[in-house]
Amino acid sequence: MPDQTVSGYGLGLRKQHYGDFLDHAVPVDFVEVISENFMIDGGRPRDILRRVRERHPVALHGVSMSIGSADGLDRAYLDRLRALVDEIEPLFVSDHLSWSRFAGFSSHDLLPLPYTDEVLDLVCANIATAQDVLGRPMLIENPSSYVAFDGSTMTEWQFLDAMCKRSGCGLLLDINNIFVSATNHGFDPLAYIDGVPVDRVRQVHLAGHSRGQDLLIDTHDQPVPPTVWALYDYALDRLGPVATMIERDDAIPPLADLLGELDHARSIGAARDRRAA
Amino acid sequence: MSLAALQRDFRAWLVESDSAAAARIGDRDRAGLTVYQNNYRSQLVACLEEGFERVHAWLGDGAFLAAAVAHIDATPPSHWTLDAYPAGFVATLATLYPDDAEVAELAWLDQALTTAFAGPDADPLAPDILATIDWDNVVLQLAPTLAIGEATTNAAAIWSALSAGNMPPPAHMLDEPAALLVWRHDYIPCFRTIDLCEHRMLDRVREGRTFGALCASLTDELGAERSMATAGAVLGQWLRDGLIVGCK
Repeated sequence: MPDQTVSGYGLGLRKQHYGDFLDHAVPVDFVEVISENFMIDGGRPRDILRRVRERHPVALHGVSMSIGSADGLDRAYLDRLRALVDEIEPLFVSDHLSWSRFAGFSSHDLLPLPYTDEVLDLVCANIATAQDVLGRPMLIENPSSYVAFDGSTMTEWQFLDAMCKRSGCGLLLDINNIFVSATNHGFDPLAYIDGVPVDRVRQVHLAGHSRGQDLLIDTHDQPVPPTVWALYDYALDRLGPVATMIERDDAIPPLADLLGELDHARSIGAARDRRAA
Repeated sequence: MSLAALQRDFRAWLVESDSAAAARIGDRDRAGLTVYQNNYRSQLVACLEEGFERVHAWLGDGAFLAAAVAHIDATPPSHWTLDAYPAGFVATLATLYPDDAEVAELAWLDQALTTAFAGPDADPLAPDILATIDWDNVVLQLAPTLAIGEATTNAAAIWSALSAGNMPPPAHMLDEPAALLVWRHDYIPCFRTIDLCEHRMLDRVREGRTFGALCASLTDELGAERSMATAGAVLGQWLRDGLIVGCK
């Protein structure tokens, strides 16, 4: 179980904003970086991360661990990540409940998993391996998905609950992903939030999405929409204060726009605090 | 279906558009499977576009996309980092453009500069150490980001023009074969064209030969008078470039 109980408001650090973070005092409580962008030998990106780390706590968020690979984890990947963890001493280390790699093939996408006992056993074994190598608990993020499997024997939130209990990991709850998957697969997003183990949630992602021909697509290229803000408000009543960040990966706007969205998250958090008082 | 079987089918769908595999995954979700397939292919195309900006500009959108699609079809990614994927594209371009050597050389240069950008850090040799070096017996250590590629065409001039947003010169073969030297100085990837004499000198340094042995080889090649002047000039250039990061 992760022992970090960090709250506050952060942003994903993107290269378009490196100058802002290095030259100005940006009003965030933490930043999150994509781990793989810094799992490199050296050069300017590593230098920038070191300098940003001197100013802000950093969360490492991965996209390539492939925690659902049927043939296990890539040890070379884990060793690289461990080296970065040792250097950065991050707030959190997270990745997704998905798979990207199998039998020498790497899709570089967050592919969906069926929610069965077999997959639960495998995911928990892989999380145990990762946590062992990293020497710390991980956070696992709920994915957006575009395919649901007939063979699933439990809901995603039931799977997350069982996974946390068995592996000791925490959760990175992506509110946008809940909304996207709920819309695509026709389940109730409020039932999802009611069903996840709230005591395991250590971090929240807020993001935007796009509407494809048939499905919502988790593009992270839009501002957080009102539907996702409303779900965040609902979730906060159950979660209490929790580290929250805006995750924007494409069509990156000026930093001021993202700080404006972060202020909106703060106002929702402050309102929740008043209700709870 | 076991998870391993499902992941095998997913790979077949993404890479080969295998309809039977898609049916086993679940045909009612064909729209969703199509999203994943589009994501897979568009991400790899974007990766190649980002990694080979000058090749893209040289070939144009249509020809570059056709080359990217050929590469993606023939070479599914296997490494955990997408940064590893572009390396194989140089060989694909050499195969697709056997009579246009500048294409593969441009690609090599794009790829080598990208690799140098994220390569290991090393500080250039401090100037105050130079006076203390036993030059006959010293073995120089070169920047760990150093890479040397073949130059049979004016790819370097094309690359520079395209990078500056200028009209590139027509491709042509060089009068004499040369080499492209790529490295990173501080945090900036650099390159320059070198002649085969300097190429051989660098190879000897990389083999661990002493500077004295390097000068002796140069004397055999150029004669005593020219070898002294050449060794001094090349060494000075290497120091100015930040190519030497240590000695032993």
